[in-house]
Amino acid sequence: MGSVTVITRAGDRHQLKLRPGVSVMETIRDAGIDELLALCGGCCSCATCHVYVDPAFAGRIAPLSEDENDLLDSSDHRTEASRLSCQLALSEDLDGLTVRIAPED
Amino acid sequence: MQSVDIVIVGTGHGGAQAAIALRQQGFAGSILMLGRDGDLPYERPPLSKDYLARDKPFERIMIRPASFWQEREVQMRGGCAVVKVDPSAHQVELASGERIEYGKLIWATGGDPRRLLCPGSNLAGIHCIRDKADVDSLMAELDGGAKRIVVVGGGYIGLEAAAVLTKLGCQVTLLEALPRVLARVAGEELSAFYEAEHRAHGVDLRTGAQVVALSGSNGRVAAVELSDGTVMACDAVIVGIGIVPAVDPLIEAGAVHGNGVTVDAYCRTSLTDVYAIGDCAAYANGWADDATLRVESVQNAHDMASTVARHVMGEDASYVALPWFWSNQYDLKLQTVGLNTGYDATILRGNPAERSFSVIYLRHGKVVALDCVNRAKDYVQGRKLVEGRAKVGGDKLADPSTSLKDIASSH
Repeated sequence: MGSVTVITRAGDRHQLKLRPGVSVMETIRDAGIDELLALCGGCCSCATCHVYVDPAFAGRIAPLSEDENDLLDSSDHRTEASRLSCQLALSEDLDGLTVRIAPED
Repeated sequence: MQSVDIVIVGTGHGGAQAAIALRQQGFAGSILMLGRDGDLPYERPPLSKDYLARDKPFERIMIRPASFWQEREVQMRGGCAVVKVDPSAHQVELASGERIEYGKLIWATGGDPRRLLCPGSNLAGIHCIRDKADVDSLMAELDGGAKRIVVVGGGYIGLEAAAVLTKLGCQVTLLEALPRVLARVAGEELSAFYEAEHRAHGVDLRTGAQVVALSGSNGRVAAVELSDGTVMACDAVIVGIGIVPAVDPLIEAGAVHGNGVTVDAYCRTSLTDVYAIGDCAAYANGWADDATLRVESVQNAHDMASTVARHVMGEDASYVALPWFWSNQYDLKLQTVGLNTGYDATILRGNPAERSFSVIYLRHGKVVALDCVNRAKDYVQGRKLVEGRAKVGGDKLADPSTSLKDIASSH
């Protein structure tokens, strides 16, 4: 079983079990990490689950959709590595994925 | 008698966020959450969408895992209906007669689904969509072969349910009493668009349709009768005609109320040490020229809860968050920002025929809200216009070749 590493705003690293089909947002929420609002519950309707993805995985994660791209524009902390974690469905080939939770807007 | 520093009544979005935010802000006292059902806090919006469609099982719509509440020392008690509030004694009374003493009370009960009052409204097979049990019973009927579904009410709940049921292969009839769907919450352009979409997906959508009676056999609903004499056979009925704020115990305790219980900018009711948040609380809303109103949304419940947590911790931060909302139907993503209460003009931006457009609402010439369909860019960029109460010419707003971002920055 693979894992995902989440770095919190405080800099703590958490190694979490990778569950295929479950999103990175849900993985973070279900681990009890209390930094993502994820207010819309994962339907890409807000931008409150913003993370930075390790660039090494850029080619392996789902591509950025137009909606997600537009929503990320609402963040003052957007970078090249920005993604909405609800849009990142996990699969075994993402074993070792590292994401960092973006600052709150 | 149990004595708790903070009692939260209601385990929906508002109640859950109040507990989460209190702990995040460093509140170290005891917190007890009282819920009517036995479930831990879960998201409500998926009930008429992903959960009903069975795209997401219940575990995936939990607001936090069970371990979270234990670790944060938030005590949960299910099956507890609060029937009385005694503000002078700082006590709530449960239906069982048990009393619990509180230091502060956070009332986050939301509302109860408004019921039909016509003959036959107590028959079996009539459903609402408010909590998990409601939707579970509806899903059980679908499993039992219910195919012909009549949805009463063309608000967001009814329309979302109609979209899911149509996708599941049901024959859906949607009845709206007013001349158009979404009449209370959106402009005519949006209503017309959603009516056409639902009809194109096979929904028998009727406006101006007044239900006068439900009839059945063996105690089960089998037909819906309209005021014009039309009788529609059905296997089940869903009623989505709004909510009644669940605030009776506060009103009986003497709280100032109108449409729901009235709160100030810190979400305080007129009762000492009693806050109210979410769907059940009305307040003078700065995004609606200080009209006193209730806002039924996740955003509102969440941000009012955070406001209460800050106030409990002694921070002077009033509730000013910009309202936003979403609704998913078929492949249509509606995103709303601002409040269109009292709008006097609308601007259409983009082409509904292309299924990507925005309705921009103006009040006294100022942008107060946007409804954006499959147009996240307008939703994101339009926020600035609402925040700035921008006064922009209609021609400019209607021109899709100029981004709202450019309009906002040049303003």
